[in-house]
Amino acid sequence: MADKLHFSLVSPAKEVFSGEVDHVIAPGSEGEFGVLVNHAPFMTTLKNGVVRVLENGTTKMRIFVRGGFADVTSEGLTILAEEARLLEDVTAASVQEEIDATLLKIQSLDKDDSARITLQEHFDYLESLKAALVH
Amino acid sequence: MPSLKDLKNRISSVKSTRKITKAMQMVAAAKLKRAQEAATASRPYAERMASVLANLSASAGAGGPKLLTGTGSEDTHLIVVLTAERGLAGGFNTYVVKLAKQKIGELRAEGKTVKILTVGKKGREQLSREYGDLFVGHADLSGVKGGDFSESAISLGKKLTKDFEAGEFDVATLIYSQFKNVLSQVPTAQQMIPASMPAEAEDAKVGNALYIYEPSEEGILETLLPRYINTQILSAMLESAAGEQASRMTAMDNATNNAGEMIDSLSLQYNRARQAQITKELIEIISGAEAL
Repeated sequence: MADKLHFSLVSPAKEVFSGEVDHVIAPGSEGEFGVLVNHAPFMTTLKNGVVRVLENGTTKMRIFVRGGFADVTSEGLTILAEEARLLEDVTAASVQEEIDATLLKIQSLDKDDSARITLQEHFDYLESLKAALVH
Repeated sequence: MPSLKDLKNRISSVKSTRKITKAMQMVAAAKLKRAQEAATASRPYAERMASVLANLSASAGAGGPKLLTGTGSEDTHLIVVLTAERGLAGGFNTYVVKLAKQKIGELRAEGKTVKILTVGKKGREQLSREYGDLFVGHADLSGVKGGDFSESAISLGKKLTKDFEAGEFDVATLIYSQFKNVLSQVPTAQQMIPASMPAEAEDAKVGNALYIYEPSEEGILETLLPRYINTQILSAMLESAAGEQASRMTAMDNATNNAGEMIDSLSLQYNRARQAQITKELIEIISGAEAL
């Protein structure tokens, strides 16, 4: 395959990945979808899940994202995620630690505190990240 | 003419002031590096998001959600003033407040209702004298640890979206200090609601492309717009934090230099006074001896 897909994944904290790849599979809110080079313009929201980057048919990288958007244009694929982590960087133990810490924080806040909702989202993200690690 | 003892005391007090300002400058320099990295790292996300939104809004046209098109009137303005939690940063907070005051003055002259939401303690203090009755809220940043503003930004963004939908205001403008480089921070007013599009993104490069939307164009816009607001607030907070440290570093560097100059001139004064006293005592002894 001569042509490659330009793929970039950015989160508010940093640009997680940017480069040329063969194939990307992302968890759209209406179902998982794959993007190859010269894909038709396409835009969708994402759900929590794993974005897989494939090179020559094998998975090269797995990135766990929380929420966000995928935008496919003639120039390539851009994923805007609220949170993103490389799966190889996290372990089940470290995620469990974070889950416990977040749970403590949630319990210390009032029910109607807006920060609580934000933390709850973070908590859900960590829970599904834990689930993804098992597989 | 101050006595020798007074001069000595003053010199030692200025010396300890210089130590403090020197330490503050070094702390600010270290924090600046981190804050600057965070601000730079957040830029790609904000830029991509703006361009995605520009594509969408170009095809959405006039039928889009209110966050994009506005309520149809412009009577009530919400001014969000973003300043630092702490002072001793040169003119950093004052410049932001000055721009805010100018903006408020203009809007009031046009007969609009103005509401103010302050972020950061210093802006609230400076504005409360003149516009205390216009305050509708305050967001505290003092609990933010290690430059992680994302929680504060998201909760503030959610509050703004909620208030807007409840009809509390028609237009929201964010006033903050944009971080250009270490030596210059520019106070900037940026309209957040209705979402203003960056002008250059309007070009029709992808504007006419036939997009496939999942779940739907409106659905995407509805989730994207609140996030766009959160992102704008977050990047403004990061820029402001970097600017604050840069401004403090410069201010403290100047203060250190000034203290140094002051010590030099006080030491000179002290030495002259000491020499004068010695000369006086000698003259007294000599004239006493001559008189015998």
